[in-house]
Amino acid sequence: MQYDASVASIRLVGVSKHFGDVKAVDNVSLDIADRDFMILLGPSGCGKSTLLRTIAGLEDPTAGEVWIGDKMVNDVEPKDRDVSMVFQSYALYPHKSVQANIEFPLKVRGVDKAERAEAAKQAAEVLGLTPYLERRPGALSGGQRQRVALARAIVRQPAVFCMDEPLSNLDAKLRAETRAELVALHHRLDATFVYVTHDQVEAMTMGNRIAVMRDGIIEQVGTPKDVYDKPASVFVAEFIGTPPMNIFPAGSVEAADHLVGARPEHTHLATTGVAATVALVEHLGHEIQVVCTIDSEHRATVRLPTGTEVPSNGSPVFLTADENHRHRFNVETGLRIS
Amino acid sequence: MAIKSRRLREIPLAFAMLGPSLLVLLTFVLYPLGKAVWLGQQTCDVQGKNCKSVGWGQYTNVIKSDQFQHALWVTVKFAMITVPIGLVLGVGLAVLADKQLRGMRFFRTIFSSTIATSVAVASLMWLFLLQPSVGVLANLSWLHNIFPVIKEPGLLNDSGTALWSVGISSIWANLGFTFILVTAGLQSVPKEMHESAYVDGAGGWMRFTNVTLPLISPTLLFTTVVLTSRAFQAYGEMDLLTNGGPIPQDSTTTVTYLIYGSSSIIKNNDGLQAAVAVLLFVILLALSALQFRGFGKRVHYGS
Amino acid sequence: MALDTAPKGWRSFARYSMLTIVALFILFPVYTTVIAALKPGNKVLDNPLLPNAFTLDVLKNAWTEGRLGRYLMNTTVVALIITSVQLVTSIASAYAFSFLKFPLKRLVFGIFLSTLLVPLEVTLVINRRTIDSLGWLNSFQGLTVPFIATAFGTFLLRQVFMQIPPDLREAAQMDGLGHWGFMKEVAIPLVRPTLGALGLFSFLASWNQYLWPSLITTEDDMNTVQTGLRHLASSDLDKPNLIMAGTIIAAVPILIVLVVFQKQLVRGLTAGAVKG
Repeated sequence: MQYDASVASIRLVGVSKHFGDVKAVDNVSLDIADRDFMILLGPSGCGKSTLLRTIAGLEDPTAGEVWIGDKMVNDVEPKDRDVSMVFQSYALYPHKSVQANIEFPLKVRGVDKAERAEAAKQAAEVLGLTPYLERRPGALSGGQRQRVALARAIVRQPAVFCMDEPLSNLDAKLRAETRAELVALHHRLDATFVYVTHDQVEAMTMGNRIAVMRDGIIEQVGTPKDVYDKPASVFVAEFIGTPPMNIFPAGSVEAADHLVGARPEHTHLATTGVAATVALVEHLGHEIQVVCTIDSEHRATVRLPTGTEVPSNGSPVFLTADENHRHRFNVETGLRIS
Repeated sequence: MAIKSRRLREIPLAFAMLGPSLLVLLTFVLYPLGKAVWLGQQTCDVQGKNCKSVGWGQYTNVIKSDQFQHALWVTVKFAMITVPIGLVLGVGLAVLADKQLRGMRFFRTIFSSTIATSVAVASLMWLFLLQPSVGVLANLSWLHNIFPVIKEPGLLNDSGTALWSVGISSIWANLGFTFILVTAGLQSVPKEMHESAYVDGAGGWMRFTNVTLPLISPTLLFTTVVLTSRAFQAYGEMDLLTNGGPIPQDSTTTVTYLIYGSSSIIKNNDGLQAAVAVLLFVILLALSALQFRGFGKRVHYGS
Repeated sequence: MALDTAPKGWRSFARYSMLTIVALFILFPVYTTVIAALKPGNKVLDNPLLPNAFTLDVLKNAWTEGRLGRYLMNTTVVALIITSVQLVTSIASAYAFSFLKFPLKRLVFGIFLSTLLVPLEVTLVINRRTIDSLGWLNSFQGLTVPFIATAFGTFLLRQVFMQIPPDLREAAQMDGLGHWGFMKEVAIPLVRPTLGALGLFSFLASWNQYLWPSLITTEDDMNTVQTGLRHLASSDLDKPNLIMAGTIIAAVPILIVLVVFQKQLVRGLTAGAVKG
């Protein structure tokens, strides 16, 4: 499928969306470069879907500007924005065949029958749907439906793809496979993707940039490596990575008035250090995770290779954090110091 | 601003889509209701023109009048005849036909068949059965020898039997409707409910009263409400079978017939017709509120 | 059947016997009607329970002299107009309530809701005057216009429209579909079964109307089947076979409609639950 997406950088300037008193999106500014795979990541209710829908044109911003390319699109209808969208529920037309579903955006635009059948065939080919063209969505598996939704999105050859948690209704195995396929699709189409998820694994593996959101604002924007290695706040540090980053109380690891964070792989059991109690030992096969309680608000996880001797539940231990891999955060604001 | 315009942009479309319905409903439902309330305290000439107010006391006068009270009593009797009997027969037929046996479709079709009769068709069929000179029963000599009332004065002309006769015709006409509804209700009862009751050792009658009836109670409530409101609004039967008579007792002059009947004493008085119509509205409103409250507590809508 | 305790044969026999007896009772008025309609006038009263003569002339007479043909045509026109326009207005208003944003939506919805509480019998006193002042007595407008919109249809369709996932509307919006396109391509096809039930329900209701046509029809040319039968019965009581023939002619079309649309019937009647 030959595809030349037009230039489609996206620029959000001071975008807010309020529903009554609720500030779903609060004064967000964000630049998405042309051909980026941008992930909007955050817990449910953080405003990521609303932000995506504002880009797609399904929500009108309460304030601010949305630019696509060199055009301010606040007053542009969704259909004229050169944006397509994949919904979490797939939103397929249940009474139309797979082929009719895929063709539909072209039909609406008045593309003639032969041409749109050809385009649908190509899109179906890309996504491995050729054998199912005559079926109704109801007769397909979840994964197949998800592909039909993708095919319907790509058939229009839009400059921007918006995706709202498109994998969340798939089972774990299929989700992992589809992740890789979406990345491949991004390479192949060479278009701008904006992808909403609450799953940090999807964010880390698929995006080339991640915007971490919380309570309607963006906490940090950066490459997956940036976000993982230099989290801008305690929230980001704890949201990204499984298990999350360990946060030590002020004054425990370093004699200073700030929080210290360390990834589990950089946290160790030792004979001296921060005193803690073993709360849980999990044998995962390839490694062992030891969850320790430091105090009522702080827990830390340590990773050990299989075969090592592990302390039993309830036994007292001491924790240390690698000198070179410490993250320091302000106690009040939670923001990164160094 | 885009923000405002999107919310307001759809107003013309909404107006175009709702306008026609709204116009019709306002003109032919709400306006007439309001106008009837107003007209109910007026008196008009025979052509229904030149109405002038005679005061709201007209409503109390109507309520106090013998004719209204009589018509209301006839209506209540008519409902008390047709609703319970119709309901019991409908449930009985539905239970009888609720088995996967050969030929059951045939019986179900017959039991449903009266749904195809309009009030005029049904009433004329019964008129031909009951009419004292050309009617079927009147021409079976062995029958009217036992029951002389069939021929003299005729079941529809005897003040003792007229309302029952009209009621039976009405029950017959509604039977198909009741049967179809109750059958649909029975079929929605999960089979496991019967089987578990059976395993618990409940006999046929116990299963029916303890499992079937409670589970179809929403259907029964709905059917009762519809049958009652049909009984209160019955008109065609009286118009075709008895003309509200026999006179002088006006044994089948129901409230609706009192308003619209061609032999009603108020047929040329728009003001009084409106007053009675408004009272009928109030009665029906109170009645359905009552039914939903009284019955509602004992209805099981399932979990 | 597993649940039966008595011997199978005896129980079935008892059930079949009861079914048969009840069926005969129910069919009795139909039976006497049919045999009367097929007898010449001089034989009707002879033996009303036996088909001792046969002719189709009476049916023919009812059709021509009894004018049942004319009445049937009037009723068909009236019922088709009411049904089709009612479907259109119900779809339009239900769509507006389900998918459009506009101020005072709740108030307008409340107005629709309130009309469900008003029984027909209450409004007809005034509607007769309205129709009279519009000069619509004895006209198709008079017979149809008061019924071309219903809150019932609006509610029924709104209920099913609301079940369409909002994502589907938004997907259509992304695909470039306006309201008109969405209604035509998505909303209506998805609620087709309900439309069928509603259509049948309105057709039956308008076909069976009795009181309203009798209030505004004085010319024989404008009689519907129902009021036409009334006319026939009052003018030809001495020819019961003619009246019964008219009754049969009046009942057969609706019987055919019901047989063809059996599926929609139950759905339509139970949906009527809302109306009460």
